[in-house]
Amino acid sequence: MALFRQAARIAWKDLRVELRSREIVATMIFFGALLVVVYSFAFPHDDKAVRSSVPGMLWVAIAFTGTIALGRAFDRERENDTMRALLLSPVPRLAVFLGKAVSMAALVLAVSIVVAPLLALFLSAPLFDYAGELALVVLLGAIGIAVVGSVFAATLLKVRSRDVLLPVILYPLLVPLFVAGTKTTAALVEIHPNLEAAWYWIRFLGVYDAAFLVLSMWIFESLVIE
Amino acid sequence: MKKLVVPVFSVLAAIGFVVSIYLIFMATPLEYGVDARSGRLAGSSLFFNQKIFYFHIAHAIVLFTAVFVAGISSILFLWKRNPKFDDVASASTDVAVAFGAATLATGSIWAKAAWDVWWNWEPRLTMSLLLWLILVGYVLVRKFAGPSADRVAAGMAIFGMVGVPFIYTMVGQDSHPASGANGVVFTLGARLLPAFLTSMVTFFLWYIALVVSRVQSTRDEREVRELREKALDLGVLQ
Repeated sequence: MALFRQAARIAWKDLRVELRSREIVATMIFFGALLVVVYSFAFPHDDKAVRSSVPGMLWVAIAFTGTIALGRAFDRERENDTMRALLLSPVPRLAVFLGKAVSMAALVLAVSIVVAPLLALFLSAPLFDYAGELALVVLLGAIGIAVVGSVFAATLLKVRSRDVLLPVILYPLLVPLFVAGTKTTAALVEIHPNLEAAWYWIRFLGVYDAAFLVLSMWIFESLVIE
Repeated sequence: MKKLVVPVFSVLAAIGFVVSIYLIFMATPLEYGVDARSGRLAGSSLFFNQKIFYFHIAHAIVLFTAVFVAGISSILFLWKRNPKFDDVASASTDVAVAFGAATLATGSIWAKAAWDVWWNWEPRLTMSLLLWLILVGYVLVRKFAGPSADRVAAGMAIFGMVGVPFIYTMVGQDSHPASGANGVVFTLGARLLPAFLTSMVTFFLWYIALVVSRVQSTRDEREVRELREKALDLGVLQ
């Protein structure tokens, strides 16, 4: 239990820093909104085209904003060398990892909460016909990105070209997550929504998240050494 | 003994290469299996384009093997902290990137011959592409991540290996209407087996020879660097 309390404290610390400066949330939401505007110029607007392209738009936006937010959030720990302080603090590394993953998931989620309604508004996409399922899949996606992303953003902390390397590492590894997310969303916005397919991919994503969470918890300590 | 691996395996692979070319073009009949175009049993003929299968599959299997070689030796590296394992992971991945490129190229040529498109997201070809991307990412990390490159790359290899079942499931579920049904799966007739096995063994020997020689050269490099540093410390070298 102590582990979760420590993790929660680290997560809350990150979120409090973010709530005070609003740097990442504000810029990422703006970037996400810009993406939606670009999409609305780049893609056709008829109902059929929107239904088939909106899942891709949503998940590309999540992928882009997610990696940028991850890189920036960990940069913050680098600037005053606070990552070292965090690793030296008398809590298990596992708590550091879990805390980071939770706060990252919250950031990714915050962006998607804005981008999804904007897509629905600008492109009149029927994204919220099955709001519960959509929320669930976006939540699972955010958790997966945050978990894998925290491990690698933390390992890349001291690397000069970390900004380019983070997506180079994350996108190939996260392809199943993005595909599952896109497939779920696509099944939900079809003219005849296919709930069975949606739930198949939601379960797939759940298993994926669980496997990578366990792996990350095992591996974080041996990857992040000062 | 160790020194012999590279020359012996290379020579065997060279012989195997000639033999498998002979077997593929001279000793393998065009009379088994399934029509690539319709997906129905053709009864008496394979298209000539099936000849590329023997090299394509051999390269693809090396690619798949390399993902696991990299993953397992990276686990050993992080666990034992012995750079020996990291050398193996790195060498195997470097070599497998080339094998993967050959897999994708031959697959693409085959797709053009069989379905008249260069790329059709056939599940196994898609899977090869995704695994290849992980390996390319690994090589990039290795090259550009500076002093901690070995650890970051090891992490990527392990995550990549764990992701394989997910990629496999995902690709299997996602059979594109244009491809899934008319895949060129056929049961290997007994008379196709010699060519298939020869090319498999040939390319595996070649892969092992390349990996071993790369591991040796990495080790030599490290040894030279250490000796040089030692000599600089002692003042023997300027």
